[in-house]
Amino acid sequence: MDYVNAFWVGGIICALAQILLDRTKLMPGRVMVLLVCGGAVLGFLNLYEPFQEFAGAGASVPLLGFGNVLWKGVKEAVQAEGFIGTFMGGFKAAAVGTSAALIFGYIASWIFEPKMKK
Amino acid sequence: MEKEKLEKEYEQYVKEKTPVHNVYMNMLKAFITGGAICVIGQFILNYCKGKGIAEDISASWTSLSLVFLSVLLTGLNVYYKIAKWGGAGALVPITGFANSVASPAIEYKKEGQVFGIGCKIFTIAGPVILYGIMTSWTLGVIYYFLIKAGVTL
Repeated sequence: MDYVNAFWVGGIICALAQILLDRTKLMPGRVMVLLVCGGAVLGFLNLYEPFQEFAGAGASVPLLGFGNVLWKGVKEAVQAEGFIGTFMGGFKAAAVGTSAALIFGYIASWIFEPKMKK
Repeated sequence: MEKEKLEKEYEQYVKEKTPVHNVYMNMLKAFITGGAICVIGQFILNYCKGKGIAEDISASWTSLSLVFLSVLLTGLNVYYKIAKWGGAGALVPITGFANSVASPAIEYKKEGQVFGIGCKIFTIAGPVILYGIMTSWTLGVIYYFLIKAGVTL
């Protein structure tokens, strides 16, 4: 059942983002920024956690989930460290995703050659 | 007079050449692609949890695996094809983020380590990280003062 929920919830988030791409002049980069910021706000409003419990990876894999993780990191750091925590939690929470993308991306630039534009 | 006529002709030309998006078809493709990527994520998540790994570490392993797969497919020029078909379905998941990091790193390597790869690797990741951090920091400050004011979320 969790596979079914992951599929349709993740799919719907992507289908809605497709409307943004097709019907507005929003470029892919802007859509990504919007999703991450939106995820953080939804997390702040306590809406994302229950949603993620239901949808599992359908909620955590889209970039909305990345925004929610950022917010969760800040929240936990504020609870533990007070004000300085607002500067600590975000990068810590985003560490795995961004580090992995940068490290693998950089290694990929050694291995793979640029594609010729056809 | 002549100019107006030319402008009208040009408008007509642009209208003819602009591809008409079939939004519903694109949405269906995005739905299938995005859903499939999330199912792969769920599979990795379940596998990790099945091994007795804690919930949040399992989520980290899931991100790590998806990012790795996405970078690999980007290098092999396969992700580009998935994105061409799936549109937002390939953009919205974390694999789209990884693709937006790996793709310029490979594409601009000829321009050098610092100004080629170093700068261009952040073309999309830079804005995403900047505004993600700004948003969560702002919310964190609000949260801090709410706690100070005795409001519990």
